[in-house]
Amino acid sequence: MNSFFKYFSDIFHGVKSLLIGMSVTGRYFFSPGQIVTQQYPENRKNLQMFERFKGEVIMLHDGNNQHRCNGCGICENNCPNGSIEVIPVKVTGEDGKPKRIIDKHIYHLGMCTFCGLCVKNCPSNALGFGQEFEHAVFDRSKLTKVLNQPGSSIIKGVE
Amino acid sequence: MKEIINLPVSNIEEEEYHINMGPQHPSTHGVLRLLVSLQGEIVKSLKPHCGYIHRGIEKMCEKDTYPQVIHLTDRIDYLSAHINNHAVCLLVEKALEVEVPERVKYIRTIMDELARIQSHQLWWSSFGMDLGGLTCFFYGLRDREMILDIWEETTGSRFLQSYNCPGGVMQDIHPNFQKKVHAFLKTFKKKIKDYDRILSGNVIFENRSQGVGVLSKEDAISYGVTGPSGRGSGWSCDVRKTEPYSMYGQVQFNEVLRYECDTYSRYMVRMQEMHESMNIIEQLIDNIPEGDHSAKMKAVIKLPAGEYFQRVESARGELGLYVVSDGNKTPYRMKFRTPSFSNLSVLDHISRGMKIADLVAIGASLDLVIPDIDR
Repeated sequence: MNSFFKYFSDIFHGVKSLLIGMSVTGRYFFSPGQIVTQQYPENRKNLQMFERFKGEVIMLHDGNNQHRCNGCGICENNCPNGSIEVIPVKVTGEDGKPKRIIDKHIYHLGMCTFCGLCVKNCPSNALGFGQEFEHAVFDRSKLTKVLNQPGSSIIKGVE
Repeated sequence: MKEIINLPVSNIEEEEYHINMGPQHPSTHGVLRLLVSLQGEIVKSLKPHCGYIHRGIEKMCEKDTYPQVIHLTDRIDYLSAHINNHAVCLLVEKALEVEVPERVKYIRTIMDELARIQSHQLWWSSFGMDLGGLTCFFYGLRDREMILDIWEETTGSRFLQSYNCPGGVMQDIHPNFQKKVHAFLKTFKKKIKDYDRILSGNVIFENRSQGVGVLSKEDAISYGVTGPSGRGSGWSCDVRKTEPYSMYGQVQFNEVLRYECDTYSRYMVRMQEMHESMNIIEQLIDNIPEGDHSAKMKAVIKLPAGEYFQRVESARGELGLYVVSDGNKTPYRMKFRTPSFSNLSVLDHISRGMKIADLVAIGASLDLVIPDIDR
């Protein structure tokens, strides 16, 4: 007799627990409250990333196409996997002394792990993080970028 | 043809056969290959084959300086990336005898607990999915998104943050941080009730988890099963209690212990731990002291020659970090004692005699992260 009652109480409790679970899913189905799904390709125009978002490493340029990088190579030394190559050149400065300036600041986006050590350790705050995140390209070589813009020069007084 | 007919007819009932579960099985959540010996559908024994995602992180650490090592530890157990970073930083600070500011300790503890919550949320999602409740997966990931947004705003990354650095944290917390954490706690306290209503009391879930995969306390200790899996067997092994680090010595929280020793008990431990983690965050979030977000460190960090060991409680158990330094700026040897590796070793023991469908439930309850096993 006891097992008889247990049989039916098990069925009752089982159905009850299922209905409790379905009441939750039903509630979200009919009144979701807040829609959390983002319609990504459609909302590209007003998609705003957070200001600290680490999309890619960029070199900060001002309006006159000038940057703050003096080619010291600290970012290259700090990079754990060799994504940064700094190629400096020696030029003669205005005072006639030889001066080291940056020729190319090469950044391999495909190797970067976004640890942030280059940006953190840059003594002249020349590097920063860009907000761009759509990095898919058809050719791997396009992931190698030159960060200093063509024709750019160093801001005076940063050296 | 004659030979085939004359083959000896073996007793099929007695015969074992072997199947591969993985490396691409959806319930292993990664590339774990289990060679399962079955009799009918009863598991006779099980052999894990590791190494499919071995990247040689320990070896790679030997060529990296200590600040550079941190980004690799993110990738060991990606769901508790903050906690892994924390271990390296604690070890370096202990070796150099650097005292970090109070603010750093608060931030690190809050971040660790957020990592624990989101790890358990993802575990809950995939646990439900493995046992056939796909709704859990959507609900868990929906709530986890709030934590990822908090991290993205403060650290710049959603998943592999590399936020800790020796001496402190990379950047100060974002001005919105406290407001967002409060909003998360308020929302998640409501949502976690839904978790219980959907899965914890569900009759199908209870029948599939209760009494399945019993791991006694003695076995848990001898196999070194730490973390929520060990505490589900009644073993008090929480490093946050036994060897408090950062702020854990000064906050009030309970170590969650269950004594049923089965899959359901391991499940309930993690559900309770999310409450405890929220409790810890609530005690800290309003009292973050003002100050610097990083102690002054030398540009080149060199550990004095010797051996160092540091352990922390990651979301899956005890993470031990052993470093041998020869006085250079790179470690001579770096060894991680990862929790998932030890937890995997017990899988054979507790799944013997169970049905193969139970193996999915047991594996999910151990919360294995495969990169944590293979490193």
